[in-house]
Amino acid sequence: MLKIEFETPPLGELLVTPPVQPDAMAHSRPFVAKPEHQQGLGFPGELVDNWQDVALEKMDELLGKYRSLPVFLDSCVKCGACTDKCHYYLGTGDPKNMPVARQDLLRKVYRRYFTLAGKWFPRLVGAVELSEDVINDWYSYYHQCSECRRCSVYCPFGIDTAEITMAGREILASIGVGQKYSNEIIGKVHIIGNNLGLPEPALANTLEGLEEEVEEDINVPVKFPLDQHGAEVLLVTPSADFFAEPHVDGLIGYAKVFHQAGISWTLSSYASEAANFGIFIGNYENMQKVAQRIRQAAIDLGVKRIVVGECGHAWRVAYSFWNTLIGPFDFLDPAYPAPQHICEFTYDLLQGGALKLDTEANDDKVVTFHDSCNVSRGSRLGNVPGGQFTIPRELIRSACSHFVDMAPETIHEHTFCCGGGGGLLTDDLIELRVKGALPRAQALQQVIEQHGVTHMAAICAICKSQFSKVLPYYGMEMDMIISVHQLIGDALVFDSEH
Amino acid sequence: MVLGSVFAILFYLAAIILVTGVAARVTRYARTPAPLVIPTTPAPLTRTGVAARMAREVVFFESLFKGSKWTWLFGWLFHFGMLVALARHLRYFTEPVWWWVAMIQWIGIYAGMAMFAGLTGLWARRLLVDRVRYISAPSDHLMLLLLLAIAGSGLVMKYVQHTDIVSLKAFTLGLLTLDWQPLPADGALLVHLSLVITLILIFPFSKLLHAPGVFFSPTRNMRDTPRENRHVAPWARDLPGAGPDRS
Repeated sequence: MLKIEFETPPLGELLVTPPVQPDAMAHSRPFVAKPEHQQGLGFPGELVDNWQDVALEKMDELLGKYRSLPVFLDSCVKCGACTDKCHYYLGTGDPKNMPVARQDLLRKVYRRYFTLAGKWFPRLVGAVELSEDVINDWYSYYHQCSECRRCSVYCPFGIDTAEITMAGREILASIGVGQKYSNEIIGKVHIIGNNLGLPEPALANTLEGLEEEVEEDINVPVKFPLDQHGAEVLLVTPSADFFAEPHVDGLIGYAKVFHQAGISWTLSSYASEAANFGIFIGNYENMQKVAQRIRQAAIDLGVKRIVVGECGHAWRVAYSFWNTLIGPFDFLDPAYPAPQHICEFTYDLLQGGALKLDTEANDDKVVTFHDSCNVSRGSRLGNVPGGQFTIPRELIRSACSHFVDMAPETIHEHTFCCGGGGGLLTDDLIELRVKGALPRAQALQQVIEQHGVTHMAAICAICKSQFSKVLPYYGMEMDMIISVHQLIGDALVFDSEH
Repeated sequence: MVLGSVFAILFYLAAIILVTGVAARVTRYARTPAPLVIPTTPAPLTRTGVAARMAREVVFFESLFKGSKWTWLFGWLFHFGMLVALARHLRYFTEPVWWWVAMIQWIGIYAGMAMFAGLTGLWARRLLVDRVRYISAPSDHLMLLLLLAIAGSGLVMKYVQHTDIVSLKAFTLGLLTLDWQPLPADGALLVHLSLVITLILIFPFSKLLHAPGVFFSPTRNMRDTPRENRHVAPWARDLPGAGPDRS
């Protein structure tokens, strides 16, 4: 039984930068992937004998494949603008959780082997040999980054530590030291089709149960179709939506919207997962392979549109990468964006007058919105830049009368990660997750005190799971966190009621 | 004349290393694909928008302004002080001196002071803020020292130890026309020029590469149009997952 002892940081004032506390989180390391988790993804099962050579070869390869790497590794001037921006630094004070210091873990090796200055004057420029200590630091601190890109907003050169973390993780996996949580999950998607390893009969059963539950609840025959050939829309959504709280209420919300709009839709048992942990481990091939299932399902089911459920990193992969990885989507109806986010879908219906919402259903709530990092800084919703901020808020405002935003330095592009993104949503990292949630918890506490906020809505499965788990550490209710489409679903007025 | 020849050779050498070194890095950046669309969003949808974003970044240090007001202030003072001070130096390389170069001579002095002040502020942060101190390697301190010494020795020539700028101009014009001239043997001038040569020499091998680097930063120079445009890197075209006929 896993037992990790640590102290939850006091909430304190919003965004106070802690002093540097070296090695405060040096002990934090997730479980290492077992050989079977590694091999299914094309990585060696365990640490290879000539790991130094393999790691440097891999680094060389990645430097030639991703422009971000040489540019970011060369360009940093150590100005320090990013040093107080990472939620993991703010929550732990460990200096290696400052974005620049996290990059330096890779940069100092890059300089030693790939630059003249580091080859000739290693001490002067802080270059070091690739040693076992370095690998240990990589494993520890590249799993203390949620790839949320907050640091990249403030960097004068746009250096995105997520790119460095992804490279670090890919090098680690390629020498045989992958992370269990992410790699095991990717393996399940490759074999079964979703993160949970939920097979088709179990999924069908779950969906039937939901149909009964909803009909009993509101007396409307809302369907949850599976593998329905010829449906208009294929919905891919994070598999947590099928059973986890509060996610499932979001799924019920989507189903109600489809029902009321009269648009036929289906889930796929072959591609029953929107999440794509390939992005977390920085591996193009695995990310492509996971995404490929969805393209295949869309073709097999003959749908005209693909809609993606509430999931942050999945939306980044879908919106920003799918067309490149598995496009073109020339077999879909060109009248709609491919892919389309469920929030875009619902928003368009609302704009077109196809849905009627009654805010009274949510009058018991004062709602705030948590911008998810991947949606905010790695993608877009709608037609104009920043639609990822306005559309979810418009949706919430249409569904409830009491909405307030959290402090401006913690929302929109400045939003904080929930603390569990980027492949860190695992119990072996619970200390990191709790501490990393500190900035968001502070901002939430502020609106609770000032505005009596009762609920925080989100459009990301990881955010929802993470907050349900960590908010209680800060003395808040786990069920404060809800899906945006739960608010929509509850407020939706069905024709039958007229 | 020996001094003039030594410095002439050093300047040519430094110039060659600067140009070839930076060209090599820039070529590397340009040839390496960005295989995925990764602008930090919200991002512009058009090329014009990207150019505007880049211009705001390079001229106003927009992101740094969001990140740290003090670093922004000192950094901006330093960079634009240096830019104007450099422009002021064009009078040593033009004959007759361009009208606008003549016009900015008086501002150039204040620019030199602004540069010095900005660098001092940046170094103070590096020494006093525990986070910035932690991330500083010896080279980060030395770089500031070098730039401060360049600005300082320049100001010394203006206010303390004047140099023979007529001979100096003969020397600099001689550099351009490959007609080497003697260099005045003034302490401050020789220090100033030696440090400038050092700076030029280390440019392609140091963090000074941020100057060309920023233009190649994919989080800043990409359009946010991934649903409209595919962005397949050459190395990704042949992957098994790419499927048939989808290059």
